[in-house]
Amino acid sequence: MSREAVETAPGERTGRMRGWLRGQLRNIAPFITLLFLVVFFSLASPSFATLGNLSNILTQISITGIMATGLTFVILCAEIDLSVASVANATGIIVAFFTVQDASVNIANIPLPGGPAILLALASCLVLGVVTAFGITRIGIPSFIMTLAMLQIGAGICAMLVRGQIAYAVPSIIATLGSRSLGPVPWLVIVAAVILGLGHIVLTYTRFGRYVYMTGGNREAAEYSGVNVRLIVAAVMVISAVCSGVAGMLGVAHFGSAQEEEFDTYLLDSISAVVVGGTSLFGGQGGIPNTVVGLFVLGVLNNGLDHINIDSFLKILIRGLILLAALIVNVYAQRLRAEGPKG
Amino acid sequence: MQSSPALLELAGVSKTFGGVEALSRVDFTLRSGEIHGLVGENGAGKSTLMKIIAGVHAEYCGVMRLNGAEVRFRSAREARDAGVGMVHQELSIMRDLSVAENVFLGSQPTSRLGLVDWRRMAREAGEHLRGLGIAVDPRAPMASLPIGMQQLVELSRVLFSGARIIILDEPTSALSAPEVERLFAVLRRLRESGKSIVFISHFLDDVLKIADTVTVLRNGEKIATAATGGIDKRWIIERMIGAGHEQLEESYTAEIALAAASSAPIVLETTDLAYGRAYRHVGLRLRAGEVLGIYGFMGCGQIELARTLFGKIRPEHGAVKVDGRPRRFRSTASARKAGIAYVPESRRSMLFALEPIYKNISISVLDRLSRLLLKPAQERKIARGHIERLRIRPPSAERRLGTLSGGNQQKVGLAKWLTYAPRVLVLSEPTRGMDVGAKDDVVKIVRGLRAQGIAVLVVSTEPETVLALADRILVMKKGEIVREFAGEAVSKDRLLAAA
Repeated sequence: MSREAVETAPGERTGRMRGWLRGQLRNIAPFITLLFLVVFFSLASPSFATLGNLSNILTQISITGIMATGLTFVILCAEIDLSVASVANATGIIVAFFTVQDASVNIANIPLPGGPAILLALASCLVLGVVTAFGITRIGIPSFIMTLAMLQIGAGICAMLVRGQIAYAVPSIIATLGSRSLGPVPWLVIVAAVILGLGHIVLTYTRFGRYVYMTGGNREAAEYSGVNVRLIVAAVMVISAVCSGVAGMLGVAHFGSAQEEEFDTYLLDSISAVVVGGTSLFGGQGGIPNTVVGLFVLGVLNNGLDHINIDSFLKILIRGLILLAALIVNVYAQRLRAEGPKG
Repeated sequence: MQSSPALLELAGVSKTFGGVEALSRVDFTLRSGEIHGLVGENGAGKSTLMKIIAGVHAEYCGVMRLNGAEVRFRSAREARDAGVGMVHQELSIMRDLSVAENVFLGSQPTSRLGLVDWRRMAREAGEHLRGLGIAVDPRAPMASLPIGMQQLVELSRVLFSGARIIILDEPTSALSAPEVERLFAVLRRLRESGKSIVFISHFLDDVLKIADTVTVLRNGEKIATAATGGIDKRWIIERMIGAGHEQLEESYTAEIALAAASSAPIVLETTDLAYGRAYRHVGLRLRAGEVLGIYGFMGCGQIELARTLFGKIRPEHGAVKVDGRPRRFRSTASARKAGIAYVPESRRSMLFALEPIYKNISISVLDRLSRLLLKPAQERKIARGHIERLRIRPPSAERRLGTLSGGNQQKVGLAKWLTYAPRVLVLSEPTRGMDVGAKDDVVKIVRGLRAQGIAVLVVSTEPETVLALADRILVMKKGEIVREFAGEAVSKDRLLAAA
């Protein structure tokens, strides 16, 4: 193809264009999917394309978005974190555990003022992240298995603290950020936007962010360039755990209750958002903008399916199929880019 | 020897790779019950010839006859079925399986129920190994055996699968002297039982000791075949490097005067460094503005030594000093902070194919360039400077690295260490696979670094590279430094003779 393209000027231009498109497949495909879904649901349901529903969608993807920020770091490093939802749940329960609960709540908790409660909760998810990082980088457990163990440990912490009960109260600042609005915009959406924005700045404009991309792009080469790759991998695991913790605290406020297993669907959602958005499963390619598109694809899909008449059980299958399609595009895009056009 | 019949005969075999002739009308005869040494420099065509015999290369010109009948193997499987087996330098054993399982690999005996008959397998493997004079417990896990024993087990597997012709590629490169003796005892026993062995080696003493006949290849041509009785090491080296051809001879025996002893301060010093089987007793001193070459055959421990100096491998014994201060590198990052830079031998392991050139160059200096926020404008400026100075083509800092030619990629790999000069630059195989022009560029770059007072360590299996770059040369052999050439004249044949 490229040889023919050299001979004539117009041919060269189309060759280059095609080369560029090939390279950008991972960024273009999710965006086209999103456009297609928006157009489809707008035509299919009059209640979909309204301002009120946009606000719904934004709120629905915010908690996933906070978790997906941390996961983007992890997946860019060619690692995985299966403990995000579990760590979120544990952190949410821990912050409730240290808050004064209504007399009707039958949990042997330790009421503290809001500030210390939040700090303790943040410290907890930080410690969980450090343990994960230690297991992966020092002991050498693959992240897939290590975070699977951490998933169970997080669930265990939840179970131990609430013992089948439900807590309701969280510190007032958490309650505000999780369930109130600033004017028409929910605080949750603002927090998610800020965290996603911070993630983007760190990944794109800081030295650490560059190391994350390089470590994911070719770990051996990063190591032979004198990058402390174990430190980078450890850092992304901790970042992921802290993002999950923040999502967990706000989630508990958003749901209005803290109990076991209330975040379970968020694991698949947050991984899907990152991968559907086009961040490479092999590391080194993608970023927060991809994740944002992925979040909207999932958010529009979940929300839109509620607006049209469809078997609610079929929804689950459709989500699975969309994820499979995204995985195929992801792997295919990697191959196209690795083969590489000369342009 | 002459009386025994030809088992395998190659006549006028030629092979080209993309227009480059790797073998040119080579004749080769292997007799029954013969150990045939095959020698030649890197790239002389030894591997290509053996791969044709072992069925790896099916496309070639010329004729191959086995027992007088013309054959042409189209796959390794066909060659194996015809009785050709090969033991590679990198053993293909299953470390986690037992000795018996390795011997039977792929053909385990089964009981009537179709289950593996473990008892029979262990018994038969034991008998087979004893028959070869190999004393090892067939139930022992492979990983628990020393490498010499693993090699013998692999050899016995090749025999067990019915091989009559066995090709051994550098079988003694990783073995200690007693292990070599044990291997030779097994090989002699095989010879008595009528097997034929091709013994490829750089270790000419070993070849002269075990082989009945030696064939010398040079630049894809067969130079000579002779019985080992009437020749010596000198005779082989002369033919390997081309005595008789005036010009060639000159390039190989030309004496290169090494630099006089330097009195510059010592930058890097190691004492009694050791790492597993790879190397031991390594003590070396590297002075500022000096290029020290380490020459040795593949697998002599030089690559592991280079990685140790960059903190990738932690030595089991011994000490490293940089600028007189003892250092223990916990990671490559700490080695880099101590002022050591490393360019590995493979491009894959030093570059980021999907990233632009400037990111590939700036990666090693980011921490000096910026504390927190990146400065892409400065990164690009540095990259453009290197692109110009090193004549990297095409000259664009934004170009994705993977689209560059191999030689240009290698230059980018060097460029990333040139922005802020390191104290010590370790180059592993810096010119491997480069064309002449690119090699000249590398030589110029290294000379320039030396002039700046940087200490350079060049590790290579190519004598030309070491001779072109080094002020002083250490020769490594089986994990130890065996010879130093300093302040004297040295030539390629002397280097080869020392290794």
